[in-house]
Amino acid sequence: MLVRARQIAQSVPDPELPMMTLADLGILRDVAVTGTHVVVSLTPTYSGCPAIAEIRAELASQLAAAGFADVEVRTVLSPPWTSDFISPEGRRKLAAAGIAPPVSRHEKTAGPVPLTLFARGPQVHCPACGSADTVRTAAFSGTACKDLYRCRACAEPFEHVKEI
Amino acid sequence: MGFDTAYEAISEETDSGHRWAFGTGFSDPLAGVDTSVPAGVDGGDLATYCLMLGDDALIMSHRLQQWLTRAPELEEETALANIALDLLGQARLLLTRAGTADGSNRTEDDYAFFRTEREFRNVRLAEVTDADFAGLVARLLVFSTWRLALLLRLQDSADPVLAAVAEAGVKEITYHRDYAAQWTIRLGDGTDYSRQRLEAGLAAVAPLVAELFVPSAVEERLTGVAAGPADLRPEFDVVIAQVLAEARLDWPAVAGLAGVSGQAGRDGVHTEAMGYLLAELQSVARAMPGATW
Repeated sequence: MLVRARQIAQSVPDPELPMMTLADLGILRDVAVTGTHVVVSLTPTYSGCPAIAEIRAELASQLAAAGFADVEVRTVLSPPWTSDFISPEGRRKLAAAGIAPPVSRHEKTAGPVPLTLFARGPQVHCPACGSADTVRTAAFSGTACKDLYRCRACAEPFEHVKEI
Repeated sequence: MGFDTAYEAISEETDSGHRWAFGTGFSDPLAGVDTSVPAGVDGGDLATYCLMLGDDALIMSHRLQQWLTRAPELEEETALANIALDLLGQARLLLTRAGTADGSNRTEDDYAFFRTEREFRNVRLAEVTDADFAGLVARLLVFSTWRLALLLRLQDSADPVLAAVAEAGVKEITYHRDYAAQWTIRLGDGTDYSRQRLEAGLAAVAPLVAELFVPSAVEERLTGVAAGPADLRPEFDVVIAQVLAEARLDWPAVAGLAGVSGQAGRDGVHTEAMGYLLAELQSVARAMPGATW
């Protein structure tokens, strides 16, 4: 039962990035089963991400369809989600969909957060041609988790999942 | 795919009720989180503190949402919408935390839609209107620089819920501050006209800055839980000075905006702008109490 519940929960797609599962995104913290009662623990990506409502509903309906009558979705706030939680498989799927995956997390340091005005941004590779000669064109995109880039080599514009 | 009506196409029957659009039907952002109040912490004070930080985010978010369809470019519209969404998410968590901390079990909607102006605890900086885009940039720079310094310290709060909200919020506000700082430099070090507009924006927000660092009685009582407002000032001054130096701008020398009999936003005493904002924010919920959407 636990294996089945976990398989179902892991394979629920993200509504904004439907090629990505919850396991790919790295937001699934735990799945526990007691009889027909399933507790799924999730960590939201951004505080205001509206996709979390859709994900909760999708989890409940898919687990109910598989015979789990009583589904509880719990929020786990700490540790907060980081783009490092995206799996290698998730990164491949993002790139295949034309979205540059996040590079690596900024190392957390003690003390005040420095302004990025004085730091180099991440080295983002074009998902179309692989070139590293890319430039960021906007700080945000259609969702809170992405920004916009353009490739100077092949001229393709593309989205990139931000490093947080 | 054939649907009789557009409504049918976007709606869905679920076991938990009828959902008609993306993102609806989501009621408790703290579902499953341990919301017990730590030993030695006054639940009422903790709730009030959560309202202060939650109202800052809610009211600033609403002002940012008012920019949608009015931003100078599509990219900036997207940016402002995303910043507003991050702040709304922080507000939802904090207002929900308030209702669990004082045991009243009031929901985020009870707080957002059914309190009067005097019950809102946000700083006045969050509620004022922006004369133009440069005015918004100046206000967002001040707001996010201050809030980042605050959340950074709150990560060590004795309340684990506040600490967790702060830890996620730090990443979000870091990004907002960078966005505002980059526009400050672009406008300040841009044309004569853009520079004038930004100087006017800074002059408009400068009187509201002193209030950010004045500790309220609740914050003083919540030692180890709240971030002391006065402690945030040095970091705030350093960051603002760095950005203004890059933008070749000076911080305007203007007097702070006095409160009424010494009372300001944290005491529920607001500027004229607040009433109009709440009228817009609350009118639908008050016209149809109990409605869900």
